[in-house]
Amino acid sequence: MPIIEVNNLSKIFGKNARKATKYLDEGLSKDEILKKSGNTVGVSRASFNVEEGEIFVIMGLSGSGKSTLVRLINRLIDPTEGSILIDGKDLAKMDKRSLRSVRREKLSMVFQRFGLFPHRTVLENAEFGLEVQGLNKEERKRKAEESLEMVGLGGYIHQFPGQLSGGMQQRVGLARALANDPEVLLMDEAFSALDPLIRKEMQDELLELQEAMRKTILFITHDLDEALRIGDRIALMKDGRIVQIGTPEEILVNPANDYVEKFVEDVDRAKVLNAENIMKRPETVDIEKHGPRTALERMRKEGLSSIYVTDAKRKLYGYVTADDVSEAAKQEMKDLKSILRTDVPKVQKDTSMNDIFSIIHDTPVPVAVVEDEKLVGIIVRGAVIAALAGNEVNLNGTNS
Amino acid sequence: MEQIPKLPVAEWVSDATDWIKDTFSGLFDFLKDDFGDFIEFFAESVLMSIPIWIFIAVVAVLAFFASKKRIGLPLFVIFGLWYIQNQELWEELMNTFTLVIFASLISVIIGVPFGIWMAKSKTVQQILTPVLDFMQTMPAFVYLIPAVAFFSIGMVPGVFASVIFATPPTVRFTNLGIRQVSHELIEAADAFGTTGAQKLFKVQLPMAKKTIMAGINQTVMLSLSMVVIASMIGAEGLGQTVITGLQRADVGTGFVAGLGIVILAIIIDRFAQNLNTQRGDQA
Repeated sequence: MPIIEVNNLSKIFGKNARKATKYLDEGLSKDEILKKSGNTVGVSRASFNVEEGEIFVIMGLSGSGKSTLVRLINRLIDPTEGSILIDGKDLAKMDKRSLRSVRREKLSMVFQRFGLFPHRTVLENAEFGLEVQGLNKEERKRKAEESLEMVGLGGYIHQFPGQLSGGMQQRVGLARALANDPEVLLMDEAFSALDPLIRKEMQDELLELQEAMRKTILFITHDLDEALRIGDRIALMKDGRIVQIGTPEEILVNPANDYVEKFVEDVDRAKVLNAENIMKRPETVDIEKHGPRTALERMRKEGLSSIYVTDAKRKLYGYVTADDVSEAAKQEMKDLKSILRTDVPKVQKDTSMNDIFSIIHDTPVPVAVVEDEKLVGIIVRGAVIAALAGNEVNLNGTNS
Repeated sequence: MEQIPKLPVAEWVSDATDWIKDTFSGLFDFLKDDFGDFIEFFAESVLMSIPIWIFIAVVAVLAFFASKKRIGLPLFVIFGLWYIQNQELWEELMNTFTLVIFASLISVIIGVPFGIWMAKSKTVQQILTPVLDFMQTMPAFVYLIPAVAFFSIGMVPGVFASVIFATPPTVRFTNLGIRQVSHELIEAADAFGTTGAQKLFKVQLPMAKKTIMAGINQTVMLSLSMVVIASMIGAEGLGQTVITGLQRADVGTGFVAGLGIVILAIIIDRFAQNLNTQRGDQA
């Protein structure tokens, strides 16, 4: 069961916002609605589910409504229509008291500019949520210290936020959110204010923490690279609408529309694509059945300079080159065993493009993609380059 | 335009004042008598009972620690207070100090809650802003008139007029300080499920502290500036000496007492500034 269920959630800013929802019904765009009614559409009929334990990324450029959307989910902004179900209860209809208890117990938020209280020490900042809940002093100190320890700030607890670097401040923000032990972590552009190296470090650390905690994380970002890096699933937003929801691969490989396609055009694909996305169906010869003549014939037909050798169960033995094969054919050899080469460049299905790069760089034969010693595909240099250029990604190996 | 007769505004205000005076006479009498006695008791039986040299020494030591163990402020305290004592204005100083303390205290007690209220509600802000403007721009002398009507003459009407004149900065700065707390911090507080009171006491007030203190400092200075004016309705203190100088065209007397007020103002101001530090500030 999904932990968060968002249905037809909309936020329209300005007077008579409710009236303006009829324009949403008519399917007018953000600009048209602004012209007609003077209202700004923040979020327009967003629907999605967030499953337990996943990192769900909401990604969009500034003005796309992503920050509004995350604020609708903990109702820092009141929705104009729609529902937000958390554990089956609708936040949109809750009174203040129940809303407070949901905020205290189920949702914690991490902010773009950290949102730390400058007059409180790191420890006191981390304690904030627990203090608000009315936990006693020792208990909240213990929990806050634990979560500061977890983000690697155990030694800084008596400093003030102003004395820490940006990356460290955001760790405090993260520790403060984790100290509550919430069901869902809302991260609003949490790493966007950090410089690129620190950002990457924080992403890695978040993924590492996630390994251990298995929290549900709703992550907002304007950075597609970041989204692809940490997201289990990504929702792409434009002008207040969600235009596509999918895994990173789905979005890259099957952009739902021109907008998404434009977006993903300049992504560093090397980070996201793996061997499976770019491999081709391999031409092979059977080591039991085929001799040099068959091999030669097949290579001539496909225009190959080498060919992989397997058995009937596709177990990979090695490869033979065209030169060796034609020599063997001249000498009337019966099988391929004596000319078989075994220095095969191998990768797994989930090997990333970056790693394939370094392998494919200095090998004369196509790279073999193997699974349990079976050959499932080959990667030729051209495919790597094509994939990096952003076209012709082969998807006959379906998404994992 | 010619046909409209002169509006009897003056009569209206007078009538209103009379009405207030009659209706609340019990309260005014209580304030005049009991509160007046208390102020007098504080000035004469508390402050003036302390031997002058001990008083100066204590203030100097406090100044030393308040100014983070620098020597300037304590030296100023010693010389300044010695000068006032030397000019035989000590009793006047104590009276003035009393008036300033009570006026400021009451201003803060009234001003901070109003400032908070103003910060929490747009409507209240819209109503209070012109009222505060009015209070500050109306010539301070005008407040003396109802003050005398309500409390006759003495310290109490002096404190009353000072409070009206000196409260606005505290209200304004409290409002400003709370409104200045960054939106993200308010969101952070909300996102963690704070109640209104928790947000106010754990986030808004601590973060607005510096601004509020600046407002209170202004309030103190304004009430000091009311000292001379209030002495026209019989509030004792340095102001009375200044008025005496004025009435006799005696520049010397006026200057000596005026300098005393300046010294008191500087000491209070420096104390306030040195004590106004916020946790987490970068040194």
